[in-house]
This record gives sequence, C-alpha cells and structure tokens, in this order.
Amino acid sequence: MSSIEITGLTMRFAQTPVLKDLDLQVRTSTVTAILGSSGSGKSTLLRCLAGLLRPEQGVIQIGSTVVFGKGIWVPPERRGIGLVPQEGSLFPHLSVGDNVGYGLRGRDSGGRIAHLLDLVGLPGTSAMRPHELSGGMQQRVAVARALAPSPHVVLLDEPFSALDAALRDDVRQDVFAAIRATGATAILVTHDQEEAFAVADQVAVMMDNTIAQQAPPAEVYLTPVSLDVARFVGDTVLVPAHGTGACRAKTALGELPAQDPTRSGASGVLVFRPEDLQITGDGPVLAHAAVSSVSYHGHDTLLAARAGEQELLIRVLGRQAVAAGDDVTVRVTRPGVFFT
Amino acid sequence: MRSRLTPLHLLAACAALVSVTPLLYLFVRTGSAGWADIWQILARPRTLELSVASLGLAAAVAGTCIALGVPLAWLLTRTAIPGGRPWLIVAALPLAVPSYVAAYTWLAAFPWLQGFAPAWAVLSLVSLPYVVLPVAAVLSQVDPAFDEVARTLGDGPLRSFRRTTAPLLWPAAAAGGLLSALYTLSDFGAVSLLRFDTFTRVIYTSYRAAFDRTSAAVLSLVLVLLALLFVVLERAMRSRHQQWRVGSGAARRAERVPLGPWRWPALLGVVGLFGLAVGFPMVVLVRLMVQSQRFEADPGSWLAATGNTVQAAGIGAVFAMLLALPIGVLAARHTDRVAKGVESAAFVSHALPGVVVGLSLVYLGLTVAPALYQTLAMLGFAYAVLFLSNAIGSIRSATAQVSRNVEEVARTLGDRPTRTWWRVTARLSAPGIIAGALLVLVTAMKELPATLMLRPTGFETLATEMWTFTTIGSFSQAAPYAFVLVLLAAIPAFALARLTGRRS
Repeated sequence: MSSIEITGLTMRFAQTPVLKDLDLQVRTSTVTAILGSSGSGKSTLLRCLAGLLRPEQGVIQIGSTVVFGKGIWVPPERRGIGLVPQEGSLFPHLSVGDNVGYGLRGRDSGGRIAHLLDLVGLPGTSAMRPHELSGGMQQRVAVARALAPSPHVVLLDEPFSALDAALRDDVRQDVFAAIRATGATAILVTHDQEEAFAVADQVAVMMDNTIAQQAPPAEVYLTPVSLDVARFVGDTVLVPAHGTGACRAKTALGELPAQDPTRSGASGVLVFRPEDLQITGDGPVLAHAAVSSVSYHGHDTLLAARAGEQELLIRVLGRQAVAAGDDVTVRVTRPGVFFT
Repeated sequence: MRSRLTPLHLLAACAALVSVTPLLYLFVRTGSAGWADIWQILARPRTLELSVASLGLAAAVAGTCIALGVPLAWLLTRTAIPGGRPWLIVAALPLAVPSYVAAYTWLAAFPWLQGFAPAWAVLSLVSLPYVVLPVAAVLSQVDPAFDEVARTLGDGPLRSFRRTTAPLLWPAAAAGGLLSALYTLSDFGAVSLLRFDTFTRVIYTSYRAAFDRTSAAVLSLVLVLLALLFVVLERAMRSRHQQWRVGSGAARRAERVPLGPWRWPALLGVVGLFGLAVGFPMVVLVRLMVQSQRFEADPGSWLAATGNTVQAAGIGAVFAMLLALPIGVLAARHTDRVAKGVESAAFVSHALPGVVVGLSLVYLGLTVAPALYQTLAMLGFAYAVLFLSNAIGSIRSATAQVSRNVEEVARTLGDRPTRTWWRVTARLSAPGIIAGALLVLVTAMKELPATLMLRPTGFETLATEMWTFTTIGSFSQAAPYAFVLVLLAAIPAFALARLTGRRS
C-alpha cells in the first residue's frame, strides 16, 4: 500500500556511527528482510522508520509522505505503521481482544478484532489474557494488533527469534500469509539468513552500518556483491585465483569457470557454494581430494575434503556412502564468483 | 507436586499455631467478657469516633503517599533528573527513621504540634518509600516496547502513558498505599507523641489505666480485623501485579526523558521532600545530641540500654527463625492447601499491631503463665510473632532459590529428606536465611509498644529510654538513644533499597 524510500540516512550514538549514509528502497506490498549481524544497525534503522528514534540526516519517505527530512518530523502515531517487537510485548493488563483493538478508534472494532484473530490463526481467543498464551501465540496476537488499524507498513523486529525452532516455521508462514493478505508493505529485521531467504521478496544485507546489497534472495546468495556478503549469507569454498580476461580463473587446481569475465592478471579468490561442488555426475573435474570429515544433516551431507593445500566443502543431497579418509573426485557444477 | 502430608507439614502447622496464640487468646479473653459487654463497648460513640480517626488517618497517609510517591518514582527512574540512579537509595532512607523518632524531632523543634495534621504529615513522610520503591521498580522494569507499540498505533505520548504504563503502575501503587495505611493503623509512637487518638493510643492508655481491660481487648480485636482487611487487599493487589508479567521481561531499558529547564524545579521538589523526611530529623537529632549532657552524665545507662536492646531483639530473632523455618520451607516447596493455610500465619502476623500483641501477651502472662510474665522470653516471643512474616519471607525465598534438582540428586544418592535439607538445602540457603534473621534483629530493636508493655521491670532498651525521656519533655536527653535507633534502622532500609536496585 505504500512504498518506502530512504536516502542518505545517518545517525550516531555518542560519536559511534550506527547508520552511515544508508539508502533503501522498498516496493509497495512486498516483504523486505533486513539481514545483519548484531550491532550492524538494523534495529536502529527499524526504529528510525517507526519514528521511535530521530536520525541526524537523510530523508525517509513512506508512500508520498516525507516523514523525516530537513525540518520535517512526523511522530510515530501519525506514520501509519505497525510494529511487532521482538518479545511481542502484548499489553499484560488487557485481554487478547483489547490488545488487538488497541489502535482501533470508534470503528466496528468487535468484527475487526475477530477477523484479525482469524487471519493469524487464533479464532476465539479474544477473551484470553496474554499470560495464558504460548510464545508463538503471543507473537501471532502482536501481529494482529499491528495489522488492526490497516497500516501501510508493518515493521517486524526479530519477532521469531525467541520461539522454538519447531514452532518458528509455522508461525512465520502464517504471519506472512496474514500480512500479505492485507497488502501491507512489510520490513522484517533478522539475523537469520534462512529466515530472510524464506519469507522475503527482497533481502537487504546490512553491514558496517549501511546496506551492502539489496536484491532478491537468490541473487544475494548466488551473485553477492562482495566477499563479505558472500560469506555472511552462506557457506563458501574460497579458491585463491588469478584473472584471465575470460570467464575463467587460474588456480592451483587448474583453470576454473567464473560467472563473469575476470580481469587479466588480477589476483583474488574464486568463491563457490558447497553445493556447487559434487562428487558424482559429469561436471568438469576440480580436483581429486581426500575426505577429512563427514557431517550428516538428514536432508544433506556436508563433506570436508582436502586437495593439496586447498580446503573444500562439498554439500551432497541425502546420504552418500563416503567416509573420512576416502578419496573422491570433485566436480564443479556452477561457475564461481571472482573477487579481487 | 506431591499432595501427601509430610512431617514437615505437621511441624509447620504447630509453628503456625504457636504464632497465632496471642490472637486466639485475645478472642478467648474478649469472648469471656460476654456479648452484652462487648456490644456495649462497640456501640459507644467513642468507638465510632476512633474508627473514623484511625481509618481517616490511614486513608490520608495512603492517599498522600500515592499522590507524592508515583510522580516521585517517575522522576527518579524515567527522567534525566540531576543525580540519577543514586536517588533510588535515598528514596529508601525515610524507612530508617522510626515513626516515633520522626515525631520526636518535629516535637523537639515545634513543641506545640499535636493532632491530626502533624500525625498525617509525619507518617506520610516516613511511609513514602512503601509507594516509591515498588512503583520505581515497576517503572524501570516495564518493557519500553509497550509504549512504542502504543505510539505506532496512534497514541500521543501522554495518551500512551495513560493507556499502557499507568495501568501497570496502578497495582504496585495501590499495594504500596495499602501498606502505608497498614503501617499507619499499627503505628503507636507517632500518634501518641503527637497526641492524636487512634486505636493504638487508646488501647495503650486504657491498658495503662487498668480500669477497663475488656474495652482494650475489644478495641484490639476491631483494630486487628481492620488491619487484616488491609493485608488481604494488599495481597490481592500484589498478586494482580505479579500476574501481569508476560514474556521474559524488558530487553532494553526505557530512555530517560530530558526535563530541560524543568529539571531544576523537579530537583528542588525531590530534595525538599527527602529533606523533610530525612534531612530535618537528622539535623534536629544532631543538634540535640550536641546539647545533650546524657553521655557525660550517665554513659553507663546508654551502654546498658544498647546491650539490653541487642539481647532482647536477639532472642526475638532466634524465636522468629525457629518458628518461621518449617513454615518458610513448606511454603517454598509445597503448594497444597495445608501449606497455603499455614503460610497465612505470615499475614496474620503482618496484620498484628505491636500494641495488640503486647496486650494479649500481658493477659496471657497474667492468667495462664505467670512464670513467664515480664521475662525476656515473653518479650522475645512477642518480637517473633510481630516479625514472623519477615522471617518467613526470607526463608521462603532463600529456599525457593535452591534448585529442586540438586535436592533430587541428593535423594538418589541415599539421603532422607531431612538429611538432604541439612546437607544441601540449608547450606545453599544459609546466606539468605541469616540475612533474614539479621533483618528481624534490627527491626525488633526499634519496636516500641510491645517492649513498653512486656519488658521485665527495670529492663530499659533504646526505644523505651527514648520514649520515657520524650514523654517527660526531655528531648535532648532522648537524643543519643534516637540517634542509635536511626543508625540501626538504616540497615533494613538499605537492604530494601539494594533489593529494589537489583530488581530494576
């Protein structure tokens, strides 16, 4: 319902920069995940968007309204945003229904509350008290409460991190289905790369207090803009390499395929994902390697192997009849990304 | 939880029974007077007058404590007031001034003070911490996300405070107000010195006059019932307040509101209030100390009074811990109905004013156990009954902190329950239990009315010496005793402040 446009956002806490000249664009009715480690500034960014913190410079525009800019400051209550905090933070003195209805003024609140509780998968809980609900249920109510006044934008601050892993997937799916059903634009702050990839249309990777890359999840994963981003969003195999001018790079293991033409003579690393390497099939042979350890994860198996000085990680589907000490032939199934 | 009754249940039930003996005896004694006499005393206009005066004073003190205490707590925890967090320690200091010491300093400065207004002011000042400390604890614990969510849902800052923070504060403020009302209702020293007739003062004078002991007993029962009502209400408020904790608590602390130019008037108000509650009594006390010839005249009596005080209170603390041990351990480990019932001995003790325990034990001593009358053992028992709830509280929380898992391990390694308690639980909970005993000790040292009524003839404590000199108008003679009392009372006050500080 509203796009978000942030340009040049800057903020410091006691001389330490927490946001550095940050730009972010979010298209209307999409889900964007801000992915960053703790201390990267992602929560600060969220609180600036909500109007709970006042940045020093920059412009924040929600829809066609500038909510922060030179001489402009719109307080949180007039920004039309919903906030889902980390612990849910349901008002403990109000019933579930009154929590959801908190932001509704003089509207048909009864029907709206029932509708929202249905939407988040908690029909008939209106009369219960927050302390009677499990953690996952509390988060669902917190989402219903945020959605009740039909906000243009919903901000979620690591809302699932306190939940058990088993519960997390269900709650997450239902919550985003509910948010998408309302058409609100959502921003999810998280440090969990799998979570960001699973729910978001766009992932904005936050590093060193600014956005390092903003793209759809697959793009961030497969064509990261920097070695740091590559390592932050997943496991990597790093092979020292020299550019050739073509889509290949010279390495100690021979010439290997690269996604883009590599600058001739430049030295750097060629980055692969563990699943780009296989020990069966018929891709070009990378190396003959000795398996040093096998960790079995059920849906896949991660092998650590060694070819000369080069450490390799290989992810294969399911279970393979390989044990530590075996010799394997490692093949490349996808070109690597070259960083200098 | 096991529902089977254990020997511990029996032991705790006996302890609880012993601790409510004074109250039971008061019932028996009053009942033996016959319904006609009782009714005649209850129907006197004087009884109604006393009820109105006592409840009126309690309500006025509670109202004042809430009206001043809530904004004060907010200033100290949520604003950038000059001074910051150390103010929270200062906030507990009024508790270090026993009410009768406060009244004494005001009287020494303004001898014409008497009646409702001075009693109201003095008791409000000393019981202010009962509201400020719990409200400050809530304010610094409350999740700032409540306010943030309310802001994003369309509330301005004031409206958000009224709809989210205030409802969370209210139970703590109300519980604190009820506690200050209970304290006022039980207070004997301040109202007596300021000559304002409430139940406690009249009970004491009719006991002293010795012509109307039935009247004293009937009035005592009325007072106890009123006090019990306050205790029950306070418990209800507190449990509501505890029930409202959701989630794992605040991840962050709320940011302090910058006061801008308002910080100076705010600071002036805070300094003024604590100045009246603590500063003024201390200044008067020190001035009187300087004037006092007491040290030179008779240092021996001063030392003897201190020794007597420690001795009597020490016996009281030992008795209190012995009675409280089975009750506290039971309450920490069992939730069955017997355990709940036994634990209610704690709140009966909490509701008993010193005057009432004193009176009841005087009767008991005179009629049932003349050998014990006016002995230190009897006085120690009175202290044990009066401060049993403190003792139970500390034993209960110290025991509850010991993980059940370690007890279970000891059991699987072959220890019986009592042996487990002795080898494991007692060792781990000892610091808390000893701290609780010390707290009972210092609290008992400043007890006044029961001490006046039950002390052995010629046995003077700090409180009784101070009382005697004050009632004959020798303010400077009383000063050294008052000074030591304040120093002693500062110990539990600091303990409470540290507890609040840790929680917030």
